[in-house]
Amino acid sequence: MTKLKEYRFFFILLLGLLIIAFINHSIALKTIQITGKSILDMLFLLPPIFILVGLLDQWVKKESLIRYMGEKSGIYGVFFTLLLATVAAGPLYIAFPIAVVLLKKGASVRYIVFFLGAWSTVKLPVIVYEITSFGYKFTLIHIFFGLVFYYLTGILFEKLMTNKNLKYDIKKKV
Amino acid sequence: MISGIILYTIATIYLGISFIKDKYKTKAAILSSWKMFRNVLPDLLAIMLFIGLALSLFTPTLISSIIGETSGLLGIIYSTIIGSIALVPSFIVFPLGHTLIQNGAALQQVAVLMSTMMSVGLVTLSMEQKTFGRRFAYARNISAIIMSLLFGLIIGVVMT
Repeated sequence: MTKLKEYRFFFILLLGLLIIAFINHSIALKTIQITGKSILDMLFLLPPIFILVGLLDQWVKKESLIRYMGEKSGIYGVFFTLLLATVAAGPLYIAFPIAVVLLKKGASVRYIVFFLGAWSTVKLPVIVYEITSFGYKFTLIHIFFGLVFYYLTGILFEKLMTNKNLKYDIKKKV
Repeated sequence: MISGIILYTIATIYLGISFIKDKYKTKAAILSSWKMFRNVLPDLLAIMLFIGLALSLFTPTLISSIIGETSGLLGIIYSTIIGSIALVPSFIVFPLGHTLIQNGAALQQVAVLMSTMMSVGLVTLSMEQKTFGRRFAYARNISAIIMSLLFGLIIGVVMT
């Protein structure tokens, strides 16, 4: 029963699609086409990302992750976070469960904010597309401004938020 | 496609090494990956369908007319609102932005739209709250809106 409840939005939207299909065939067909393609793209990209995160969860010790993404990781933290965030593909909400694993392993709030920010700004697989569509100048401004902004936001969040009110929720969820 | 192949290759190699080293840990890793996948699947399907519906109902021509060259500040506000509804993956966002520009949308407005689409999500806010807590989720989304507006401002100053 709870399983079905999790899918309620999907079914509501499906119902909406059905109603649209009666009114206008071509819009419904286009919806199915766009949705089908993006779902297939996602189902193709997600398994290796989640398997890598699952392996990270099992193999990487807390002490070593703290060294890479903990409060005192410095420049390594920036590079490690950037690497993790930019190679993976997918919408930002895919990064949420990954961020939880990282937090559990001792990553600091600063790098989690930076991780989520970088994830939503730079994606190596689509960088070429961004450059060809919008030009070098646009892409470079987007990337550099985004990264600097989210790094500073991370520092601010670290000051404003104690790890405590984050970890509470994590314990509840995992 | 290429990035997919690279990801699969890396995942397979690490999975193989893990399996040789410790069968039980590997099993636990796959189980936790499966759990993560199962947790995001309902949201994933709903959001993908939502984006599909939105993209076919609001045609690029329509959106471009709302955020065209003369739309100004109001266009920026519309871009922020439309972009903040759902989190859309970048491989959908950039082609969409490109199409919008070709249909006559202004660069500054499209920049704000694309940036908010990738970073601000009202539909996923409850999911984000469950994961990180209310304060973090709200603060992160607000900071992403600020980032997108500043980015639009810079693009407006530098490129137009």
